[in-house]
Amino acid sequence: MAKTNPHIDVVLIGLGWTNSIMGMELTEEGLDVLALERGPDRDTVPDFAYPKMADELTYGVRYQLMQRPAKSTLTVRHNVGDTALPYRSLGSFLPGNGVGGAGAHWNGHTWRPQPQELRLKSYVEENFGSDIIPEGMTIQDFGVSYDELEPYFDFFEKVAGIAGKAGNLNGELQAGGNPFEGWRSDEYPLPPMARTLNDTMFHDMAAEQGLHPFPLPAANASQAYTNPYGMQLAPCNYCGFCERYGCLNYSKASPQTCVLGALKRRENFTYRTNCEVMKVNLASDGKTATGVTYIDEHGEEVIQPADLVIMGAYALHNVHLLLLSGIGQPYDPVSGKGVVGKNYAYQMSGGAVLHFRDKEFNPFIGAGANGEVVNDFGVEQIDFGREGFIGGSYLNAAMTNGQPIRNMPLPAGSPNWGADWKQAVQENYGHAMTIGSHGSNMAYRDCYLDLDPNYTDDHGRPLMRMTFDWKDNDVRMTQFMKQKIETLSQALRPDDYRLSFKDFDSHYDVRPYQTTHNVGGAIMGTDPSSSVLNRYLQSWDVHNVFVMGASAFPQNLQYNPTGLVGGLTYWAAKAIREQYLPNPGPLVQA
Amino acid sequence: MTHRIWLTALTGFGVLGAASVSIAAEPSQVQRGEYLARVGDCVACHTAPHGKPFAGGLEIESPFGTIVSTNITPDPDAGIGDYTRDEFAAALREGKRADGSNLYPAMPYPSYAKLSDADVDALYAYFMQEVEPVADESPESDISFPFNQRWGISLWNWLFADAEAFEPSGQPTEQVERGAYLVQGLGHCGSCHTPRGLMFQEKALDDSDDSYLSGETLGGWWAPNLRGGGDGHDGLQAWSADDIVDYLATGRNHHGAVVGEMTSVVANSTSYLNDEDLRSIAAYLKSLPRQAGSEQEAPSRTSSAQTERLLTAADVGEAPGARLYLDNCNACHFANGRGAPQVFPSLNDNALVNADDPTGLIHVILAGARMPSTPKKPEALAMPDFGWRLSDEEVAQLATFVRSGWGNRGGEVTADQVAEVRKTLPDDLESSAPEFPSQSH
Repeated sequence: MAKTNPHIDVVLIGLGWTNSIMGMELTEEGLDVLALERGPDRDTVPDFAYPKMADELTYGVRYQLMQRPAKSTLTVRHNVGDTALPYRSLGSFLPGNGVGGAGAHWNGHTWRPQPQELRLKSYVEENFGSDIIPEGMTIQDFGVSYDELEPYFDFFEKVAGIAGKAGNLNGELQAGGNPFEGWRSDEYPLPPMARTLNDTMFHDMAAEQGLHPFPLPAANASQAYTNPYGMQLAPCNYCGFCERYGCLNYSKASPQTCVLGALKRRENFTYRTNCEVMKVNLASDGKTATGVTYIDEHGEEVIQPADLVIMGAYALHNVHLLLLSGIGQPYDPVSGKGVVGKNYAYQMSGGAVLHFRDKEFNPFIGAGANGEVVNDFGVEQIDFGREGFIGGSYLNAAMTNGQPIRNMPLPAGSPNWGADWKQAVQENYGHAMTIGSHGSNMAYRDCYLDLDPNYTDDHGRPLMRMTFDWKDNDVRMTQFMKQKIETLSQALRPDDYRLSFKDFDSHYDVRPYQTTHNVGGAIMGTDPSSSVLNRYLQSWDVHNVFVMGASAFPQNLQYNPTGLVGGLTYWAAKAIREQYLPNPGPLVQA
Repeated sequence: MTHRIWLTALTGFGVLGAASVSIAAEPSQVQRGEYLARVGDCVACHTAPHGKPFAGGLEIESPFGTIVSTNITPDPDAGIGDYTRDEFAAALREGKRADGSNLYPAMPYPSYAKLSDADVDALYAYFMQEVEPVADESPESDISFPFNQRWGISLWNWLFADAEAFEPSGQPTEQVERGAYLVQGLGHCGSCHTPRGLMFQEKALDDSDDSYLSGETLGGWWAPNLRGGGDGHDGLQAWSADDIVDYLATGRNHHGAVVGEMTSVVANSTSYLNDEDLRSIAAYLKSLPRQAGSEQEAPSRTSSAQTERLLTAADVGEAPGARLYLDNCNACHFANGRGAPQVFPSLNDNALVNADDPTGLIHVILAGARMPSTPKKPEALAMPDFGWRLSDEEVAQLATFVRSGWGNRGGEVTADQVAEVRKTLPDDLESSAPEFPSQSH
């Protein structure tokens, strides 16, 4: 018999970036807020402390901060007819675990979307005609505009202390920034990070090529900083332990460094760790949620009644919980009907490794978001009609780390083991840099998420199933970027370079790490027949359920998602505070 | 809710502040009393660890034995519920209990003697009307003869405590006057920061004597010299008034961060003071001239540039401690030793680093330190512990290096001193030591 807790105003599912922010916003309304976090509690000290955290084997290779697939995973297949198999060993993407979630172990690339990306379908139709949208591509508009979100992007950047250089201040182009970006109401809160040699080489070469290089917007503090909550960041020391690690230096923006210290002071906020939500409970008419059921740290089932439920788990887990809770109609790829699980998308990336015998890059001096970028081949720059694809990428040279186990690039033809390999490592360590492309991924009718018919988790619930593969449109996009990167690589005159890009015979491979940018499945939009959430991230079907995170993206941006996730969270929070709480009900009439 | 809004408004932080300005503008007597209880930090001594606020039971070690703080909630039997206003005032100002016996002078009544009548009234109103009564009797103090003879304290009182109300003493401005009232009175800063005499009495209770607030070692920790007037590096001379305000409000400033006993003072008391009072305190401390005849600083064996050069050289060679500094400290405190403003304390010219007794510094290296979470700076920034990683000899070398680098003037530290401090560390110390596979359980 499940225990029932006393009623609470708001229950937050997960305690990463989005629900830390929601906690701040909703406690300011005087509401009693409870966060339930599946994983353990984590703080800079003692969990990420120096020097414990600088341990590549424990955290980088053995994924100490990530979810354990034996506890929670999903199944994956390429095509609708295939039998999916479980993702048993982490590779392609790395969902976080514990307080801070993926916001604790990210690199810190913090982008706003281009205005065009938020209304991609309309942009394509208006500029190139709906005919160029290939059969089976199911791209949509987000239902909210860049102009509407701008104040929330700005505030999130101030909360996270982003280091960068504006390229467009209120419509005025700024030297040194991205000239193609959407307008900003304010400069970045911190100046760009210091440049490393690879940044400078890429920057100077790109400028010579007539491109427009600018510093990557970084959630790695370039100086000591205090954010609007009074939370503090320390200057980054370029130790090169960002992605897969918690920051040992209070330098990387995370829920821990930017929000939680302030949130924990609030008397109307509580959080419980090692508490995994099983489902959102619905009233008998299915139109409102009554709270959640979770398993507590002792393995006991607990019912938590609440007036408002905010899902802020990882994007994939949000979708899984919606499916398990029966909120919204599950998507069916055959009929194209239903919405939950629809438009799962990923990220199309590729890159080059360049070797220079006479250059010392000192790769151990790096940071997750240290880098120089060009946006000249972005979604908003490309003539989709002429190039034959929809999408775009930013190209960058970054020096994230020099960790020896996973970051020992060797020239083509080097041996893979033995004394000769050791010799090659000795000769080549520190003599390589990379140029990467980070690109969009469109949504398709047969790329989606649903419940797996064969596999269950340790609570007996069906695992979620991912059906996904690469499509020609996106391969054409990345092949276009390959040509650009090859030209730029040659311009730097390396002794040797190697290109790695998806091709038309490539299939999605879950083994090598790509990005933890899984998006869609609980998408936002303008119409309940084609989206799970309205423009305020509110469930069309159950009005007191809001779903944060990149699960709301109807297709993926060319950029890393966190900037948009943060902006959307503040946007949704304002709608909840100003519109929903005074008058609970659907914020958009279907 | 009212309580929270009011505190928020006072400290000028948060969205609730703006809405409740009208409440803060004219606080009631009870609210003023609550604020004054913060200024006096009554909760610090009168609350046991994990105990109910003001219910007493905290054990305070003294040279004469263990003093247990009393229950000052308005419970009529266990607490002070039966106290009249005048009995309450006598306890505060004269150290007299309602039954006429003496309180131990761990209670800073020699300082509280300076309280104004209005402030005593407000405190009385707060304790009687607002504090939750708790019926738990706190245990008796365990004091050895002759100090367990409370009559003996009368003699001590006659010698050292003058129950005189605060008198304006011709301070240059009203602000300094207000600061003097707060520092000498409720703030009882001298309890830790003024040197004590043979009978454990503070050598001065106000600025009529320039030993006042000139620093004292307590339990090995240096409670720094707070005299900040004039130019130089003595006491708080190098700190601006704003630096002092930042430190008291947030436990951190451009120079350093709070450690040791002062951490809870910032967390429970000074971080709740309004800006005007903090500025008054700063103005008063900055008005106190350097103590006459205080020792001239010993010259340092290094300069800032010299140490930075050593640490940034490709090979630090055999310099004892330099290698340890690079491997353990440099990531945050940097080669220039200056850390980062408000985040990582500067080691350069830091009172803890340069203290005659290195116990505090050794303690921080071994056990780490954590800043308090405060309304204005809520992040409890922490330094991890290094005791699991460094031997006594290594800590001694490291501490010696830090105490002599960048122009610092602290003396050498020995492995024996480190071993002594290590013995005092609590068993349940929060540690950042990694769990190696062989240790996993």
